Amino acid sequence: MKAALAVLAREFRLALRSGGGAGLGIAFFVMLVPLVPFGIGPDPDRLAPVAPGTLWIGALLASLLSLDRLFQADSEDGTLDILALSPLPLEGLVALKALAHWMTTGLPLVAVAPALGLTLSLPGPAYPWLVASLAAGTPALSFLGAIGAALTVGIRRGGLLLSLLVLPLYVPTLIFGARAVVAAAGGQDPLPAFLLLSGLSLFILALAPFAAAQALRVQLR
Amino acid sequence: MSLWRYANPSEFMRLSGAIQPWCWALAVIALGIGLIWGFFLTPDDYQQGATVKILFIHVPAALIAINAWLMMLVASLIWFIRRHHVSALAARAAAPVGAVMTVIALLTGAIWGQPMWGTWWAWDPRLTSFFILFLFYLGYIALWAAMDEPDKAADLTSVLCLVGSVFALLSRYAVYFWSQGLHQGASLSMDRESHVDNAFYLPLLFSIAGFILLFVSLVLLRTRTEVRLRRLRALQDLEARA
Repeated sequence: MKAALAVLAREFRLALRSGGGAGLGIAFFVMLVPLVPFGIGPDPDRLAPVAPGTLWIGALLASLLSLDRLFQADSEDGTLDILALSPLPLEGLVALKALAHWMTTGLPLVAVAPALGLTLSLPGPAYPWLVASLAAGTPALSFLGAIGAALTVGIRRGGLLLSLLVLPLYVPTLIFGARAVVAAAGGQDPLPAFLLLSGLSLFILALAPFAAAQALRVQLR
Repeated sequence: MSLWRYANPSEFMRLSGAIQPWCWALAVIALGIGLIWGFFLTPDDYQQGATVKILFIHVPAALIAINAWLMMLVASLIWFIRRHHVSALAARAAAPVGAVMTVIALLTGAIWGQPMWGTWWAWDPRLTSFFILFLFYLGYIALWAAMDEPDKAADLTSVLCLVGSVFALLSRYAVYFWSQGLHQGASLSMDRESHVDNAFYLPLLFSIAGFILLFVSLVLLRTRTEVRLRRLRALQDLEARA
């Protein structure tokens, strides 16, 4: 427990101090969303239907952005070897790092998404479901990203490869997450999509650390 | 005498060298019979006319596209559990073949869909899950290509293949939640009575057999090339050290 807290505290310190890039994801999200009205026009009637999808895709890309440093920096300076020797199981370590990634990139996205929803004239009833679906779905994005990050640790310029590996894995999460918001915006019942999203997210949270840890073990060999 | 004897690369090379010509010959014969019979000797469909005959390429290609991934999954598991190098190389060899079959299924589907549905592409669940499968093939091939150390690459791509299998399956069901389909039901099935008419059934079976044999021949050829490449590398390393 003490080791787990120490790892988590270290991750936070690294992310929040200079060069950590915790703000980068949220800045990207805030940059990306206004590009949509530039692309399709300022008409609220055309923006409102695409708002849920835009916000979800924006959050997904923003969370992808900082993934390539998840294990890379620790692998370059040897920290990863020392962490692997700690009493903490590698699966736990992966889960903690993914959790820290979510708390420093995913959680801020959830917080600013309603404000960006306003700029896209997202209908009123959709806001609670936007927050709920992003809060339930973004942890899954970070944990799936950990698999991709672990697979591409040793590769120079692995960022593009990481996107290629991780984006197809994001498809089910995106479908259920965006569907819940779309349903709420259209006056339908968002609960079925939201429950499927939550179930999928829990499934990923439970199993993704094992896959990522297996990949890390290969990298450390 | 067990099947695992052929996991030995020398045994594999001997056996695959012996059966490979037969595989090619049978593939050509089955494809010849299936395609010529299918294209020229079957009647036109009463609704779809002659366009229905693209079925003889579309269905087998789609079948191979899915089963190639399944074969890679099994080969990856064998590599994980028993660490036979031939298995890892066979998985690597099958990936581009599967990817090309996916593209063939998507392209022939588009050519078929244009006159029938009035559109080249629709975000139909089946089409979409095939597109996602293609992305998984691309990622798998790219990960193999990015790695220098062969054993490490085999391990990591196996992890990706296992994770990808779970998510390809999840996506397949997730897209049904997201869109209703245009695509017709299964053309062939073991457990249902409704499949294509008998006039198309037999040439289709020949064509499927031909595609399966073609897949086996291509994978054998590519695996043999990989084994030889591995041997060549080992020889070059020896030379460099001497």
